[in-house]
Amino acid sequence: MKTPMPSKPVLAPTRRNLLLTGLAAGAALAVSGLTPGRALALTTEEASRLIDSVVGDINSAINSGGSEAQMFSKFERIFARYADVSVIARSVLGVAARQASSAQLSAFTDAFQGYIARKYGRRFREFVGGDIKVNQARQVKNFYEVKSTALLRGQSPVEVVFLVSDRSGSNKFFNIFIEGVNMLASERTEIGALLDKRRGDIGALTRDLRSLG
Amino acid sequence: MSSLRKATLWSGRLAVLSTVLLLSACARPEAPGTIRDPYESRNRQIHEANKSLDRGVFRPVSTAYGKSVPRPVRTGVSNFASNLSLPGAMINSLLQFRPGDAVQNGTRFLINTTVGLGGIFDPATRMGATKVDTDFGETLYVWGMREGAYVEFPVLGPMTERAMVGRAVDFAMNPLRPLANSEERNVMTGTGVLRGADARYENSDLVDSVLYESADSYAQSRQIYLDSRRHKLSRNQETDYFDPYEDPYEDPNAQ
Repeated sequence: MKTPMPSKPVLAPTRRNLLLTGLAAGAALAVSGLTPGRALALTTEEASRLIDSVVGDINSAINSGGSEAQMFSKFERIFARYADVSVIARSVLGVAARQASSAQLSAFTDAFQGYIARKYGRRFREFVGGDIKVNQARQVKNFYEVKSTALLRGQSPVEVVFLVSDRSGSNKFFNIFIEGVNMLASERTEIGALLDKRRGDIGALTRDLRSLG
Repeated sequence: MSSLRKATLWSGRLAVLSTVLLLSACARPEAPGTIRDPYESRNRQIHEANKSLDRGVFRPVSTAYGKSVPRPVRTGVSNFASNLSLPGAMINSLLQFRPGDAVQNGTRFLINTTVGLGGIFDPATRMGATKVDTDFGETLYVWGMREGAYVEFPVLGPMTERAMVGRAVDFAMNPLRPLANSEERNVMTGTGVLRGADARYENSDLVDSVLYESADSYAQSRQIYLDSRRHKLSRNQETDYFDPYEDPYEDPNAQ
């Protein structure tokens, strides 16, 4: 059976209508695209300024000429001040974080902060005598990407990218990429393997983490 | 070289190239940021063998090389080997439709081969002609071939299937190889190995920490290789960042 079709449907979209709706939607997208900072309290300048301070502190730490232990404690302070350690710690633990008690989680986060400061302090220590410079910042999704370059003596420059967000309540970085190598993903792999070796025992992992990194 | 040998060489290259095109046509699509490792158990065995090789041979040899040969000499040897890779890189840049890169490497090759005394010195970098590091694996990426599975290759280490095909083609298509006699070919291979030893020595802290201090050195090498290879191919333009605020329990590699 055939459904009767009106010769000129009133509500069916015509080519002209479609074009107009398309244009309107496009214009709406363009307008919202023009004001990407609206929904965010943090701006590109603020994100860039935050990393300027981070990089300034890293530069002074690596060129301070102190002992390794002194340098590591400087890095831990930089980390505590500028990084969203709690979201990083939760993310590297993954599902294990959901099962942990809040006391376990905060003990882990504390141990993790020292571990990551030692580990990345060692990486940044290789930049001794060099200088890190912030190049550009831009918005990606609802956070910011801040690109910097470590200029090293007698070596090709190394790209260091920081991702910055204010969703913790204050402006903090939550990931670092050194030449594309992703801190969050590498630590997720590492912490996951450490946890597997301890049969998922977060307490044991937290204890051991204090001497690792 | 006899014309017959030339002909067989070229037909060999054509065979490699057509295999590559066939492979790229059959390649399966995959999501970005993910790890595809269907050969994991075999890869892990090879990884352990590679680690023993590093511990027993490569690490001690590169340490001895680094400690006994002064850095300027090592840098000169590495520069020489790197300079010899430029003609191949130029061909790849052209195949990638990046003539600017080919010109940059060409300029570099001319300057360093002449003023840089056969490539031992690198005046080109100071003159602005820095090296554009590329390979046939990148050409395949530009042509749209998928990355393929992760493989750890004996001796050569971490690779993707696409990069592995690229290595084979680069080796077969090196324009300098047919021009060189057997002694020159040995020099090319030898300086290439020393360049690797120099890199192992100069980055030994990082390499040692990944291979000998991480809880799962196989997974860690895989992570680092894939991150840096993808970063290089995207030419520092990635936007596909994992957002831990959306779901902090999610795996950054399984989005």
